[in-house]
Amino acid sequence: MIMLPEVGHYLLILAMMFAFVLAVLPMVGYFKRNAILLSTAKPLTYVMTILTCASFVVLAIAFAQDDFSVLYVSQNSNSLLPIWYKVSAVWGGHEGSLLLWITILTLWAALLALKSHTLPNSTGPVVLSVLGIIATGFLAFILFTSSPFLRLLPDQPVDGVDLNPLLQDIGLIIHPPMLYMGYVGFSVAFAFAIAALITGNLNASWARWARPWTNVSWAFLTLGIALGSWWAYYELGWGGWWFWDPVENASLMPWLAGTALIHSLAVTEKRGVFKSWTVLLAIFTFSLSLLGTFLVRSGVLTSVHAFASDPTRGVFILALLVIIIGSSLFLYALRASQVKSKVSFGLTGRESWLLINNILLTILTLTVLLGTLYPLIFDAFDLGKISVGAPYFNAVFSPIALLLIIFMGIAPLAKWHNTKGSLLWRMSWLPAILATALSSLVFTFHDFDAYLWLSFAIALWLVLMCVRDWLDKVLSTRQSLWQRACKLPRHYYGMQLAHLGVAVSLIGVIFVSMNSTETIVRMAPGDRVTVAHYDFEFLGTRHVEGPNYTADTGIINVYENGENIAQMLPQKRLYQARQQMMTEAALNPGFTRDLYISLGERLEGDAWGIRIYVKSFVRWIWLGGLLMMAGGLLAAWDKRYRRKTGA
Amino acid sequence: MKKLLFFIPFIAFVALGAVFYQQLGKDTEYMPSALVGQQIPDFKLVDMETDAVVNNSAMPNEPYLLNFWATWCPSCSAEHAYLGELAEQGVNIVGVDYKDETPAAKRWLAERGNPYSLVLLDEMGHFGVDMGITGAPETFVVSATGEILYRHQGVVDEAVWKTLKGYMQ
Repeated sequence: MIMLPEVGHYLLILAMMFAFVLAVLPMVGYFKRNAILLSTAKPLTYVMTILTCASFVVLAIAFAQDDFSVLYVSQNSNSLLPIWYKVSAVWGGHEGSLLLWITILTLWAALLALKSHTLPNSTGPVVLSVLGIIATGFLAFILFTSSPFLRLLPDQPVDGVDLNPLLQDIGLIIHPPMLYMGYVGFSVAFAFAIAALITGNLNASWARWARPWTNVSWAFLTLGIALGSWWAYYELGWGGWWFWDPVENASLMPWLAGTALIHSLAVTEKRGVFKSWTVLLAIFTFSLSLLGTFLVRSGVLTSVHAFASDPTRGVFILALLVIIIGSSLFLYALRASQVKSKVSFGLTGRESWLLINNILLTILTLTVLLGTLYPLIFDAFDLGKISVGAPYFNAVFSPIALLLIIFMGIAPLAKWHNTKGSLLWRMSWLPAILATALSSLVFTFHDFDAYLWLSFAIALWLVLMCVRDWLDKVLSTRQSLWQRACKLPRHYYGMQLAHLGVAVSLIGVIFVSMNSTETIVRMAPGDRVTVAHYDFEFLGTRHVEGPNYTADTGIINVYENGENIAQMLPQKRLYQARQQMMTEAALNPGFTRDLYISLGERLEGDAWGIRIYVKSFVRWIWLGGLLMMAGGLLAAWDKRYRRKTGA
Repeated sequence: MKKLLFFIPFIAFVALGAVFYQQLGKDTEYMPSALVGQQIPDFKLVDMETDAVVNNSAMPNEPYLLNFWATWCPSCSAEHAYLGELAEQGVNIVGVDYKDETPAAKRWLAERGNPYSLVLLDEMGHFGVDMGITGAPETFVVSATGEILYRHQGVVDEAVWKTLKGYMQ
């Protein structure tokens, strides 16, 4: 029992060896046309996965048993920590979160191996082998620079330093696994793309195989980002939901590129065009995921999320990045130039609209990439220190995003290859007029702001166009509406749901920015303050003892039209092990508005500085994220992906 | 020629990799201040000792350190002893008690010794905002004429003092 951490370490070493064999044997088998070597891919994948998962479980056990002789456990846990936080503390630091990363990678690989009977005999093993290469690199990274199993012997500490209080939260229990499911999931599309380059099989079929995998990864990434934003909103104590922090950008970039990839895969599968572009996007998407990992862990950028920086790790992961991304881009340069598209490209067809989608999404990705790396590049040329913040991103990102959303309304109506302009006009004039009129109506009740008015009109336009398209599809035949609606394929509903999700998020963003009130007031017990037709009465504070913290809880009664609607209890916590202060905001959530109170600093006597926010429709931002995720999953579960495809 | 186009992503990536390599191991925490080269902003603050409101004219007529500290800040207690040593060596240090409670601050200085030639009370943190500080402790090197020469975030210790000393001349 006492040897368990050593067992975990040993399992990881074994996993790396199996991953290495997986990276080599099937690849050799492919080039030598040796069926036996090819057939090793599946069992090797399973063994690698089992070993990695077992190692992960061992680390979780070390946390659950408070084994503070393990350095990583002593740095990220404490005997007083509630058990669910002990388990989530496994990914609370650099080493453990990397182990989670690789565990998820192997799980994706195992899932792919299970499903590989739908792939041609030579493709499946090559795809798994590519995943084996990535796994080898990252397992080596863990073993050589960041093992979570290192011991603190013989002077083992009596108790641990505790998990960072910011991470002691439900949002942070599920946020990293979801985010990594997305990040890492793109490795499957990447592996398909590389396998297609290696085998020279750059036809439409690789796109068809990669589509459901990409959709599912994208759905997880969407959920992960939404959870992260929700967590930042209630945990950081000042009510913002997106900060354009380098680490947030690191998750947004693969999401944007992945969104482009989903659409470009559709064109490649259906029309056989954009072939080499789609391959590049698949490489690009996963590269951005890796880049995110590098930025967070190497310490080249300052960020609230950054892990402790360590130059050796930075060098190692940069080398890994160069090998994986560099060699795939090199392979791409050699192979993609030989690809010729056979099918002609329809200038007025849906492929053109999706090309616009891809161009705009790529520009958005590069915008974020530039904004994130600009301080770094600026510093590298000794031009000084600068920081690129929200003003840049808001000014550059949002107009392009709005333009994209305008096109989002039109593209689904267009037919492949050729669409008559008159058709598009017939379908879209009514939604355009309605959206403008409705948006203007809303702004008669509110101070006019041209930009917000336009944004709201665009959000409505998207909703109306989705409805218009659906109506057109269900009303076009004599069958009953219900029958017709049921016959529409799942991937169509998936698309509609995801597009509506974008509109819902956009509406949330617009209303939060135009109709939110915030005040910072000094309140002594008995004081009342009115914020946006809500009355807040401060009753005082009381002292509370938590499992691993002490806290002052403010008691605030909220009245609407003289009626008591809620009692809100914001907290100021002191976590003992780290002596760290934390603000725990109180939330009164609602479909159309959130009340948000955070306790500031104690002023003289019993008076406190208190921040009160009333935020309209803020929940819609994450609701939209959930819709997008559901859309992505629904599209991936479409019946046509279940069919066995050509051998 | 067209073939070369496909190498663009590869070349762009290699260039980016080179930039990353150069940046590894650099101290990202280092933050020069935009105020370097400028005069100390105008202020009116209470002098802890005399309880009188003083302004820029109360500052020393020789190069000095302007140190933001507070009793709530653990790193400040870490650097306090070293500031005492510097004061004994004859370095003129002006303290700004930042967002703090005055009685606690007085007790702190009585117990641990007072390295400051002058302590200003910035209870609301307005002066801190004017000086662009992000937290305590922060230390500025200021010239005899009131020009800000250097800014340091974090604890002042022997290693940091070597840098600061250069600016004190």
